[in-house]
Amino acid sequence: MKQYLKNSFDGIWTILVGMKVTFKHLFKPAVTIQYPDVKLPMADRVRNRLYVNMDDCIGCDQCARACPVNCITIDTVKSLPTEDLGKTSNGKKKVLWVTKFDIDIAKCCYCQLCVFPCPTECIYMTDVYEFSEFEREDLNYKFATLTESEIVEKNANFEKMQAEKEAKKAAAAKAKAEELAKKKAEEEAKAKEEPKTDNADNKEQPDKE
Amino acid sequence: MYELLYDIFGSEIIAMIIAACMPLFLFILPFALIAVLLERKVSAHMQDRLGPMRVGYHGILQTIADILKLIQKEDIVADTTDKKLFNMAPVLVFAGSYAVFAAIPFSGAFIGSAADVGIFFIIAVSSIVVAGILMAGWASNNKYSLLGAMRSAAQIISYEIPTALVVLSIVMLTGTLSLNTMSIQQTAYFWNWNLFGGAADGFVQLLLLPFTVVAFVIFYISSLAEVNRTPFDIPEAESELVAGYHTEYSGMKFAMFFLAEYANMFAVSAIAVAIFLGGYQSPLGYLGNTIGVEWLIPYEQLFWFTVKGVGLVLVQIWLRWTLPRLRVDQLMTVCWKYLIPYAFVNLIIIGLISLI
Amino acid sequence: MAIKTEEMVLNMGPQHPSTHGVLRLELELEGEIIKNVKPHIGYLHRCFEKHAEAMTYPQVVPYTDRMDYVASMYNNFGYAVTVEKLLGIEVPERVEYIRVIMGELQRIASHMVALGTYGLDLGAFTPFLYLFIDREKILNLFEMTCGARLLYNYIWVGGVSHDLHPDFLRLTKEFIDYYRPHIAELNELLSYNKIFIERTANVGVMPLDTAINYGMTGPNLRASGLKFDLRKDEPYSIYDRFDFDVPVGEGKMGTVGDCWDRYFVRVLELEQSLKILEQAIEQIPEGDVQSAIPKRIKPPAGTVYGRVEAPRGELGYFIISDGSVNPFRMKVRAPSFVSLSIMGELCKGHLVSDVVAILGSIDIVLGEVDR
Repeated sequence: MKQYLKNSFDGIWTILVGMKVTFKHLFKPAVTIQYPDVKLPMADRVRNRLYVNMDDCIGCDQCARACPVNCITIDTVKSLPTEDLGKTSNGKKKVLWVTKFDIDIAKCCYCQLCVFPCPTECIYMTDVYEFSEFEREDLNYKFATLTESEIVEKNANFEKMQAEKEAKKAAAAKAKAEELAKKKAEEEAKAKEEPKTDNADNKEQPDKE
Repeated sequence: MYELLYDIFGSEIIAMIIAACMPLFLFILPFALIAVLLERKVSAHMQDRLGPMRVGYHGILQTIADILKLIQKEDIVADTTDKKLFNMAPVLVFAGSYAVFAAIPFSGAFIGSAADVGIFFIIAVSSIVVAGILMAGWASNNKYSLLGAMRSAAQIISYEIPTALVVLSIVMLTGTLSLNTMSIQQTAYFWNWNLFGGAADGFVQLLLLPFTVVAFVIFYISSLAEVNRTPFDIPEAESELVAGYHTEYSGMKFAMFFLAEYANMFAVSAIAVAIFLGGYQSPLGYLGNTIGVEWLIPYEQLFWFTVKGVGLVLVQIWLRWTLPRLRVDQLMTVCWKYLIPYAFVNLIIIGLISLI
Repeated sequence: MAIKTEEMVLNMGPQHPSTHGVLRLELELEGEIIKNVKPHIGYLHRCFEKHAEAMTYPQVVPYTDRMDYVASMYNNFGYAVTVEKLLGIEVPERVEYIRVIMGELQRIASHMVALGTYGLDLGAFTPFLYLFIDREKILNLFEMTCGARLLYNYIWVGGVSHDLHPDFLRLTKEFIDYYRPHIAELNELLSYNKIFIERTANVGVMPLDTAINYGMTGPNLRASGLKFDLRKDEPYSIYDRFDFDVPVGEGKMGTVGDCWDRYFVRVLELEQSLKILEQAIEQIPEGDVQSAIPKRIKPPAGTVYGRVEAPRGELGYFIISDGSVNPFRMKVRAPSFVSLSIMGELCKGHLVSDVVAILGSIDIVLGEVDR
């Protein structure tokens, strides 16, 4: 009976205590905001959309290798020795044309692992967080600054250079091969001569005898 | 009201229909809209949120937008449902909760039906809701719906007993079943309310006071259970049964359940007001009487009735956003082991006192 | 004539409001009474362990975030501790302190989610939001430090990714002072509420021997009355330097090891974590946080098992290294996965509503169950 009355009392009392708490909160200012109209300030180190400053990119591929989900694709082409690509802001010499620098932001997991290895600090995370698109393709960000024709040109340049190099190499190889062949031929000739002389000697010897 | 309309239209049928529809269109539908908004706003502020803010100033048109959306929605009827019962259930639930309003005295001049057995009628007719809920649960052919409906039926039927016992004790006290008469008896000032012992003499009233308060608390708790509100919302406990008996409903049929729920909330509050809180009577006397403008009084009465009713609805909302919900067996324990014995003892004591 | 009856099979989930993710429970019911419970898992399986074999050691860290996404920081912590054990490297003092601070903040945040969603399961919506308001403050602290709010990738092998923000310690101190009274408020609103007690006390009682047999760890085991906490019993990092208690279930409202005890042990742990935080903030030294990070992680061939006391219990990483830059095999002992196994045992004979109460009280995160 005592327990029974205590239960009834507890029931009512704890409900009233709970009601007191919610009543107090009724007059507290709201913590939520009207999102698109009001926005919260972002923290300094906030990690959102990736951005690449192509002026500084040297195409070293380290970010792509660090990425755990392979969302960065980089293609590079070697520049001609005559071309000057300029320097990055921290004084590194650029030697590669970056023909393709794609970040598939839909794949990105915002882990920031790509940011740390970058030698020129050209890839970083910005505070832009509203970048939804209607097409998934549009989330594949292309950062490479070269135009199509330039890419073709650079590729052609590189191929040409490569071809020239090949040609030179081939020429050199040919020359070397010729030289080798010549040498060989000489040696062979020498070798041929020698036994001949030997033979001659041999022949001569009996003759002498 | 009916007489007035009869004078205007000269036809009994039209007058009857209009008189019957008046509370629906003037009061219940707007109230349901306001109550939904109220619930959302109050709960939001209790939880340090803002709630709806977009549609209209501070979101006051939000529920209208919601209803418009619900009307436009596709009415999905699953293949394996029992179509007839499935379509009938929301109508029945809505009708059941709406029928209750027929006997509620909104003001001295506006009563749907001033039946002498008003409170009896209300208790009887509110049981239709159970049938509707069972129908919905069974016809949906969904296990969650069925469980919800079973729980709901058990709950509503059980909780009618303490409600009836408490009402009985007040009926003993006032000697009438008519809600209008009860309201008239509690006239003048708030110490004449049945909550504070009714319009009895000084000493008897003092004796009655604790017991009528207990009666009010019991009535309020069991009325919460009858309208499936937290902590007794187990028929639609969203964390257990998804949405209980109306899981399978969509569009306007869902809206009917929804409106019925909010109409019900007000209905039980209105009954509590009529029985315990002086009905439509002003707690502080009438302005119309003071300044001698007779026609003002019914409007004042309507105002007081609404204020009291909405006040109780607010407490329901407040409770809902404070408490967790009970379990099925505990719900029954509260009813059969706590409320009914208390109500019964209360009934006997009030009976004895009223003999004095 | 006997009426033919059959048990009703109710599928709870995978889309269900209170399964805390995509878990499917197959309930065999007789009326509302549970005859049998079969958990079906795997809806959130993302092959963490297989993925890890293709990743270098630093690349695994963001993947560990995604296991127990409510307590990512602790997953990082456990992984870093394990790989450091394999490599045999010491980390600087400051890093250890930062890790403990982050770990304990994460424990508080994780318990807040656990307690809040538990209230939500039982129908109390408001405490959930109050707890989330406070959790938001912790997430702000994390965001300030590493830039992310949920999946941090903060604790690396050998160090941490960023040093603390200059304001961090001050704001953490402020948070501790701000949060203390809120625990009392939570107790008023939810813990000592009669309805809440009725719903949880004497429900899903887990006796100590059953708990041990099923391999329960963390708050679930402690609620059954065993004082076992890896932070005390097998101190890793620098937990042996702090003074804190290990709360155990006492059966205050019912039997030892019931749902209320499991809930309340978490509430008490909030207080203890605040205590550790206070001490750590007092003692933290200055220093470089990245000096010990290896340039290239290539551990010697061998195996290692490292375990930490994550908010949900013992989180263990087992790594086989073949001497290359990738782990040869990685296995995670996820506390939620182990905890889930006891569901069938606890639920038998209870009502449908109790399944929700029990599932909420063992506090699983499906990301970790399925990995």
